[in-house]
Amino acid sequence: MKVLIPSALRSYTEQSETEASGATLAAVLADLDRRYAGIRFRMVDEQDRIRPHIRIFVDGKQVRDLSQPLRATDEVVIVQALSGG
Amino acid sequence: MAHNSRKPAERTQQPTARARRARRVLVMVATRKGAWLYHGDAARKTWRADGPHFLGHILNHLVLDPRDGRTLLAAAKTGHLGPTVFRSTDRGRTWKEAARPPAFAKAAEGKEGRAVDHTFWLTPGHADQPDVWYAGTSPQGLFRSEDGGVTWDPFSRINDDPQYRKWMGTVQDGTPDGPKLHSIIVDPRAAAHLYFGMSGGGVHESVDGGQSWAPILKGLEVVEGFDPAEATFHDPHCIRLCPSNPDRLYQQNHCGIYRLDRPSDHWVRVGKSMPKQIGDIGFPMVVHPRDADTVWVFPMDGTSVWPRTSPEGKPAVYATHNAGKTWRRLADGLPGKQAWWTVKRQAMTADASDPVGLYLGTTSGELWTSRDEGRRWTCIAQHLPEIYAVEAAELA
Repeated sequence: MKVLIPSALRSYTEQSETEASGATLAAVLADLDRRYAGIRFRMVDEQDRIRPHIRIFVDGKQVRDLSQPLRATDEVVIVQALSGG
Repeated sequence: MAHNSRKPAERTQQPTARARRARRVLVMVATRKGAWLYHGDAARKTWRADGPHFLGHILNHLVLDPRDGRTLLAAAKTGHLGPTVFRSTDRGRTWKEAARPPAFAKAAEGKEGRAVDHTFWLTPGHADQPDVWYAGTSPQGLFRSEDGGVTWDPFSRINDDPQYRKWMGTVQDGTPDGPKLHSIIVDPRAAAHLYFGMSGGGVHESVDGGQSWAPILKGLEVVEGFDPAEATFHDPHCIRLCPSNPDRLYQQNHCGIYRLDRPSDHWVRVGKSMPKQIGDIGFPMVVHPRDADTVWVFPMDGTSVWPRTSPEGKPAVYATHNAGKTWRRLADGLPGKQAWWTVKRQAMTADASDPVGLYLGTTSGELWTSRDEGRRWTCIAQHLPEIYAVEAAELA
């Protein structure tokens, strides 16, 4: 499925859009990490919590649960919630 | 400052002053918005800036491995991304991210686990363990790498030990941007002899390679009204071991400046001999590479609401040359008034030249140096982001 990457993470992907596969959000993020080593830990902590300033949307709806099922036709959008100066 | 494994008896074998000055100094500056490397000429008079590296990243520490003189580790995060460690094996020309940055163990199902917010402190391991590094984090945790910083694992039992977790406290018990484990020290005579500090949580020692730890708190004062026997109330800001006498440690604490001479476990508050109007509160502590009686501190205003500025807006370094009996003000070249910056705990250091060069980075983004052990100061960079850490290394 299509995954849109925010600018803060493009040092990993070197592009704003990439492809990843998986039946759940967790699987898609794991697939992303296989392709772009280290990218998952910048978004998800060691307790499998999405980090405070990261938002993930699937087909326009915010998803907070990594076990959320996904379909191959879904579009995943990762957003950085910029904070501070 | 990097660890130095020289022993007192070896001091007579040091290179001459001329030979020392021929080595060039690299100053590593970690800031709130990236890192810079400053390459000095042989006289330490002119400096070439290399940076920014990681522009926009929050860099808490940038350290060169003294064992190979080439490997740099950088503790990084951004405001919105999780923490990581970057590595360079060519002194910053290229960087690669650690494959497994410091991270706490995954909590059991139904338990609340901790997550590293940022790696705060990096310490190269003993000279006999060339690929070992230690890291201290916020929330407070101790980590170790055995492959030069590529992969990291929780180190020792303290991260999950109930007693240590109690001493570590919660986010609300620590400094404004989170409690920090810092000042990880490896005894140059014995790889298994380790120290670290926790803000708050006290000073701790292991003599068995981290299998067991014990606090060293005697003599240390705490904020009035709290129990000094309780480690959680102790706030060491920066602890340094003297390379020329590894039995001597100095500490800048929330409640004063202290010296410890092992095997004693009783800290002596040597800051009481500081001028009363200046006090002995501050963050950094710098030890002389060859003279265990000489250290430098940078006092700050720790009165009332803790402004954490230079006292009266007049920044000054203070030095002792007699292990804390007396202190001398060193402010020549520094602003004489209306300078309200200060220096954080990792942002002041020394090189190993003769005379020793001192380096300090300010909260207002200025980098100052002294080529004569603090007698005269020169600003070599300004308009940088807030400086979090400054390290110096001599390159062959």
